[in-house]
Amino acid sequence: MIQALFDGILVGSVLSLGAIGLTLVMHILRFANFSHAELLSVGAYCALTFDAILSAVAPPLQTLIGPFSMSFALALATIVSVGITGLTAVLVDRLVFKRLRATAGPLTLVFASFGVALIMRNVIALVFGLHSQRYSDDISFAVMISADPLLLIKPDQVIILCIAVVAMAALHLLLNRTTLGFALRAVAENPTLAQVNGISMPSMVRLTWMIGGGLAAVAGVLYGLDNQLSPVMGRDLVLSLFAAAIVGGLGSVSGAVLGGFIVGLASSFAILLLPAGYKPAIPFLVILATLYLRPNGLFGEAR
Amino acid sequence: MIGFASYLMFFLTITAILAIAVLGLNLQWGNAGIFNGGVVAFFGIGAYVMIILGGPVRAGEFGGFQVVWPIALLGGAAAAGALAYIVGLATTRLRHDYLAIATFGVAVAMEAFVRNATYLSGGAKGIRGFERPLEEAIGNPFLYNVFFLVLVVVALAVVYAGLSRLVASPYGRLLRAIREDETAAKALGKNPARVRLEAFIIGAVIMGLAGGLYATFYAFISPQDLAPILTFQIWAMLIVGGAGNNRGAVLGTFVVWGCWVASGFGLASFAPPHIQIYAGTIQYILIGLIIVIALLLRPRGLLPEQLQITTRTTSGFPGRTNQKLQN
Repeated sequence: MIQALFDGILVGSVLSLGAIGLTLVMHILRFANFSHAELLSVGAYCALTFDAILSAVAPPLQTLIGPFSMSFALALATIVSVGITGLTAVLVDRLVFKRLRATAGPLTLVFASFGVALIMRNVIALVFGLHSQRYSDDISFAVMISADPLLLIKPDQVIILCIAVVAMAALHLLLNRTTLGFALRAVAENPTLAQVNGISMPSMVRLTWMIGGGLAAVAGVLYGLDNQLSPVMGRDLVLSLFAAAIVGGLGSVSGAVLGGFIVGLASSFAILLLPAGYKPAIPFLVILATLYLRPNGLFGEAR
Repeated sequence: MIGFASYLMFFLTITAILAIAVLGLNLQWGNAGIFNGGVVAFFGIGAYVMIILGGPVRAGEFGGFQVVWPIALLGGAAAAGALAYIVGLATTRLRHDYLAIATFGVAVAMEAFVRNATYLSGGAKGIRGFERPLEEAIGNPFLYNVFFLVLVVVALAVVYAGLSRLVASPYGRLLRAIREDETAAKALGKNPARVRLEAFIIGAVIMGLAGGLYATFYAFISPQDLAPILTFQIWAMLIVGGAGNNRGAVLGTFVVWGCWVASGFGLASFAPPHIQIYAGTIQYILIGLIIVIALLLRPRGLLPEQLQITTRTTSGFPGRTNQKLQN
């Protein structure tokens, strides 16, 4: 039980980071972006690439940080990856979504995001190969925290939780303490009124994609640390991210965080009841239950 | 020559089966504006239920009722309709993108289910062996394939004719009215949520029918056939052909399936071996590109939806015109 609780919180923290970007895009650009989960893959593979480059250029960076399997090189690579993934999101918007926003309805955007997801996922597979990879070949051993109830924790999992919490806190500060954050929230509340007040919509759209892409990159690296990197990781995560966003209520950042943890816990507790093969279906059941019980999610407003 | 002829027949049979599914999606998306992100789930449940109802007895597994084929096929289609009812009830009232997400979820859940419920679906190995209708009576495999092609083309023609009539009827106008302006339709006393649910179910039944035909043709169904790529392919066919136009839907099926088959053939014949393991990956990128480029360059498809002008045959009888509006 305790083990399932811990695993759920761990998975939940990664899902939360991904769902924040998804919910922001859904709120500000008003469409369900099926390609958002691919940004996690982009971030994870981008960090893998820069990790390799930095390790080659400056071998001392390969030193691992404390007991964790994250090296200094990977930590720096993650920071680079946050920027690049954010820019990727802006670029995709510029190439595809922005053009369609001008002419087509929101459902056309949803459909275009299907296509974008297919392209991104398979280009990654083409560049990095179909096999799964790891950031570090050192096996990270789990430490037994307690024997009864049994609780095994890998040191990596501690750092994953810490990074996730720091990223969420940084976003909270950005949204609630900075002018940019105020502007973004104003656009989310009422785009027309915000623009009347001199907030530039295009720059807010770019900011949304930068935040969404950046958080997705962190989530992707954290997911890769605990699991493996594979070109299909986005496909495996997309439904969980949507479930988190829907449970929390579309557009609510705190809702997305809570939703992420709820979906993570639901998936990890479901394994106690159901055979593991049914796991992909759990987010769907969470979505269905939310839509029946509380169609606007926990913190969402009726639209 | 006979090899080419049989291959052409194989190609046409699959195209006709897929065209039926695309027509089902065209009713949902093209006419009613309902986004179905899980076409493969409805296609798949039609295939599985058909083969479970009509298939042979499998040791230790559920099914093998050996129901007569047409009834088994209808059973599969009905099961797809029932699934659409359950999903639609929760989502057709809500924001449109919820339906996209929920139907996408249905497809993922369905694949996980058939992969694991071995007792029901044969698990990962699927259900193999199905006695195709009249196969023994016809005997000759080549002739049988000709027969089957005729069978699916007739099915396609029936679905096409039925949907064309439906779309041209007052009900079709109602669907488009709701798609274009839900509030106005409501003001006329219509119930958009109910009508949308109906269209969603009818479309799903047609997809289930296509799935049943698909499983009949291969006499085999497995979770492999329920891969999400099928949803993307069927969507690409509709977008390329022209949503809202049944002729376009059929044309789009030919074009996209033709490109898919040709690219697979080309990669298998000409690509160097180390590229060949990425043949599927390259084909997926191709489908993604078709979707995005078609939306950007020709969003209304090769054969765009035609403007429907309702000719008023009853002018001079305002009472009857009003009655028509209320239908």
